[in-house]
Amino acid sequence: MHRFANPARFLKLARPATGWLLAMGVLLTGAGIIGGLTLTPPDYLQGDTVRILYIHVPAAWLGMAGWAGIAAASISQLVWRHPLAAVAGRAVAPAGATFAAVCLATGSIWGRPAWGTWWEWDGRLTSMLILLFLYLGYIALDAAERERGGEGRLAALFGLVGAINLPIIHYSVLWWRTLHQGQSISLTGSSIAPELLWPLPLTMLGFTAIFAAVVLMRMRADLARTKVEARLRRAAAE
Amino acid sequence: MNPWPFVIAAYGVTLLATAALILLSWQSMRKAEAAAEHSRK
Repeated sequence: MHRFANPARFLKLARPATGWLLAMGVLLTGAGIIGGLTLTPPDYLQGDTVRILYIHVPAAWLGMAGWAGIAAASISQLVWRHPLAAVAGRAVAPAGATFAAVCLATGSIWGRPAWGTWWEWDGRLTSMLILLFLYLGYIALDAAERERGGEGRLAALFGLVGAINLPIIHYSVLWWRTLHQGQSISLTGSSIAPELLWPLPLTMLGFTAIFAAVVLMRMRADLARTKVEARLRRAAAE
Repeated sequence: MNPWPFVIAAYGVTLLATAALILLSWQSMRKAEAAAEHSRK
């Protein structure tokens, strides 16, 4: 991992990877969505509303995985001072915030026919909303720090502290009595019927590949801007 | 209650947000890399 902390080496890998990840993501997501909307049977209890599962679960996963990525980048920045760590954290934040917002929106839309309400202040929904606010706070803090010429260490600390919310989101359905259903997919198995479940890995992998492509695009943009700024500074000094 | 308006709305929100995220990121990357290339000359 430390080998890729070199921006030149990173760019050599990121340039071809961006297009491949994006193409793979669009194909897998498209296949999963078509399968989920047309080939799976309706759920015996929820009927066709269960089809929201194929986009809601990947959005929830990416909202949480994004912050885990920010926390890992923050450790990397604070402990090893990797030159790419702050760039990575900054690139993950808008993508993570987008998927956290999509998770809340699709959950709310699903909640209306399933629970009879658009919103409920229960543990899972509230902790996910807090995650969205954490993303917005991280983006604002990082932008303010950069404007002052800082290295983004405050934002990194914020990214690390904010990770406390991740286990709260995960265990919220166990700790509190909530409207949100308990965990139906784990590492050891799933309580969802296989004929309903199969498009989910496709959309999970597809959206994850899209997320990775977006992060690479944003990192490449950040590195290119830094290069321009350095050249302008050098030209002004000469 | 007809479930399809809810399903369509959920997929619409997701696809619009994802497409906007990809397009904005792509545009920002192309612009920044073109500026970096231009500054080298």
